[in-house]
Amino acid sequence: MTADHLAAPQDHLVSALVRDEPRVLTRITSLFGRRAYNIRSLSVGSTEQPGVSRMTFVVTGDRAIVEQAMKQLEKLHDVLHVVDHSLEKFVDRELVLVKVAITPESRVEVRQIAEDFRARIVDVGRRALTFEVTGDEGKVTAFIEQMRPFGILETMRTGRVALTRGSNADIPGHVYHGETRALGPLLTATAAED
Amino acid sequence: MTPPNGAQALWQTLAAHGVGTVFGYPGGAIMPVYDALTLFPDIRHILARHEQGAIHAAEGWAKATGELGVCLATSGPGATNLVTGLADAMMDSVPLLAITGNVARHLMGTDAFQEADITGITLPITKHNYVVTDPNDLPRIVAEAIRIARSGRPGPVLVDIPKDVQLAAFTGEVHGPQAAPEAPAPDPHALEAAVALLKEARKPVLMVGGGAQGAAAEVTAFARAWRIPTITTLMGLGAFPASDPLWLGMPGMHGSVAANRAISEADVLVGIGLRFDDRVTGRVKDFAPQASIIHIDLDAAEISKIVRAHVPVRADAAQAARLLTERAEPLSHPDWTATLAEWRTRGEHPTHWGAAQAVRQVVARLRPQDVLSTDVGQHQMLAAQLARFEQPRRWLTSGGLGTMGFGFPAAIGAALAEPGVTSMVIAGDGGFQMTAQELATLTKYGVRNVKICVVNNSYLGMVRQWQELFHERRYSEVYLGDSNPDFLKLADAYGISGWRADNSADLEGAIDAWLAHDGSALLEVVVPNEHGVFPMVPAGAALSEMIETEPQAVQGSRA
Ligand SMILES: Cc1ncc(C[n+]2csc(CCOP(=O)(O)OP(=O)(O)O)c2C)c(N)n1
Repeated sequence: MTADHLAAPQDHLVSALVRDEPRVLTRITSLFGRRAYNIRSLSVGSTEQPGVSRMTFVVTGDRAIVEQAMKQLEKLHDVLHVVDHSLEKFVDRELVLVKVAITPESRVEVRQIAEDFRARIVDVGRRALTFEVTGDEGKVTAFIEQMRPFGILETMRTGRVALTRGSNADIPGHVYHGETRALGPLLTATAAED
Repeated sequence: MTPPNGAQALWQTLAAHGVGTVFGYPGGAIMPVYDALTLFPDIRHILARHEQGAIHAAEGWAKATGELGVCLATSGPGATNLVTGLADAMMDSVPLLAITGNVARHLMGTDAFQEADITGITLPITKHNYVVTDPNDLPRIVAEAIRIARSGRPGPVLVDIPKDVQLAAFTGEVHGPQAAPEAPAPDPHALEAAVALLKEARKPVLMVGGGAQGAAAEVTAFARAWRIPTITTLMGLGAFPASDPLWLGMPGMHGSVAANRAISEADVLVGIGLRFDDRVTGRVKDFAPQASIIHIDLDAAEISKIVRAHVPVRADAAQAARLLTERAEPLSHPDWTATLAEWRTRGEHPTHWGAAQAVRQVVARLRPQDVLSTDVGQHQMLAAQLARFEQPRRWLTSGGLGTMGFGFPAAIGAALAEPGVTSMVIAGDGGFQMTAQELATLTKYGVRNVKICVVNNSYLGMVRQWQELFHERRYSEVYLGDSNPDFLKLADAYGISGWRADNSADLEGAIDAWLAHDGSALLEVVVPNEHGVFPMVPAGAALSEMIETEPQAVQGSRA
């Protein structure tokens, strides 16, 4: 293996546009499992286009591994397009719910920190507060670290989602158009009769 | 006539795609499809004796013709019997359509009788798969499945059809073939870089893989125009003519001395239509250590997967070869040519009686147009080393998966596709017994052009060889001699004639009779038990560490 392969593993943020069809998720996770790629987080949601979903995942590995993972993904019939966000400027967000233990003494301090992070309180209990925090990975992690000394009872992170900055779309329009057709009746257009 | 249902739509769609032969085995969940088959007298259905036989036959058909192979099975056990063939077709990029029945939609997911989640099971071993939930979707899905199976890097696609969908009224429209997407044009910069590297090459080597079987003419023209010494991988045998003085043989674990040394010394290595399988590369870090690598492949994911390409060229093999031929400047490298010529004389096989001699005598009888299929094991590697292929698609072997039981049914598939040629199969006594029941298929359909050669060494020979070399000759569970059938009687039981030989002179006569026999026939060649296949690169070693001939100590130890 070349030096490339030995390079320190890094997190890569990758988005894929996929057909919204049965087993898509299994197909993709099975591919990752079979090829021994490690997914750190995965989030899936529908797009503005019916029949098309978008997934964002964080793959850990050196560049060669991530490239290979993307190429393998692109081979799947259900996958319409794949982008590696690390190649351009992007915005990313993650939503996390954090349940923090409180005492009468810590209550005020915990609320104050949450306010600094613009965290919203979504549940109030006698011994715990649950916060919702949205932000990039750094902010979310920092929030959790700040809360850790008080006692974190539970967290749930959604996994990162991302979009490229600026007016350029991550996913070229023709992919939507071409493939949206592909999802509908036009796909069945037959070859010219001879 | 009954109103059209899903099953009829399926056959109509297959017919519209020019499918004329399918291999299969019926069962409850696919019965409507078999029922509808009676309405399509122009479609030939070949009833195998095991679904694995059916799918390997479909693979043989596809490998020999380059056309789609089609097979059919019922739900549950029928479908799971296809699994080995699907994995085999996936590894060897065989265009294949597998159609399975399933339980009715309302029973799916309830562990109903003979239910298996075949799309779940085959997810990692198919290029794509489908469950049809609406009969009117059948033509679109089947057309799409066929397009996926055939286009780009070919592979197997499975379409699972619940029984009630087969029976439901069909009100849709049947479609013909979908246009295949065009192969991407090779990046001109990459081609330019390849030309520049080739021009400077002093020790160039071209390695041709199975992905070039459909581009043999173009690849051969390319090698000849540039005068590049050429190696064909196990899957690439025949994609470059063996009689050409540029041919160096096969690389890898049981490759030729010339091929493996050429790789180890090359300064520029062009790989076309191959994926650098570990049986080809040996220890990857020492593969072609001096070479700049130009890797031409249609499948982007294969480029730099195992061996980092200095010049990656994502392209159709024929198109890339054509463009590179246009730019040819014949290379002159007399030293390299002389070195290779010397290496070519190394590692010659012994001429004393044994499996190698037997295989040599048998394959010598093949005509260029004949098909040779093998099973998996020592006889396979010997056949790969000793047969001389002049044409592509004449060599059918399970390369990627190494599937015992593949050879015989694959030969049947090829024989049915091309009744005018001899479809010869060389199998071991172990592997032949994995699908020997397909002798019935020969008889049932009066297949006359399958010539089966069983090389009987009373052992699972290849495993025995590894135990000999790497496990201090502890022969654990590899002896078959005490329980093998009488192969001639076995053939006779199915109405197939047979001959037997256990020495070179008798073999010659037996081959004459076997080939002259008007109809399919079996030849059993009894060979000494303990022969090895050499040259050999031990697993995990570098190509440059190959053992060229059978070690003396081992030879001497034979009683
Ligand atoms: C289905 C399957 N099971 C097991 C193996 C492992 N295997 C590889 S070669 C071999 C021995 C083959 O013996 P035989 O068919 O007699 O051929 P020979 O090597 O003697 O020529 C075995 C068991 C395999 N390749 N495929």
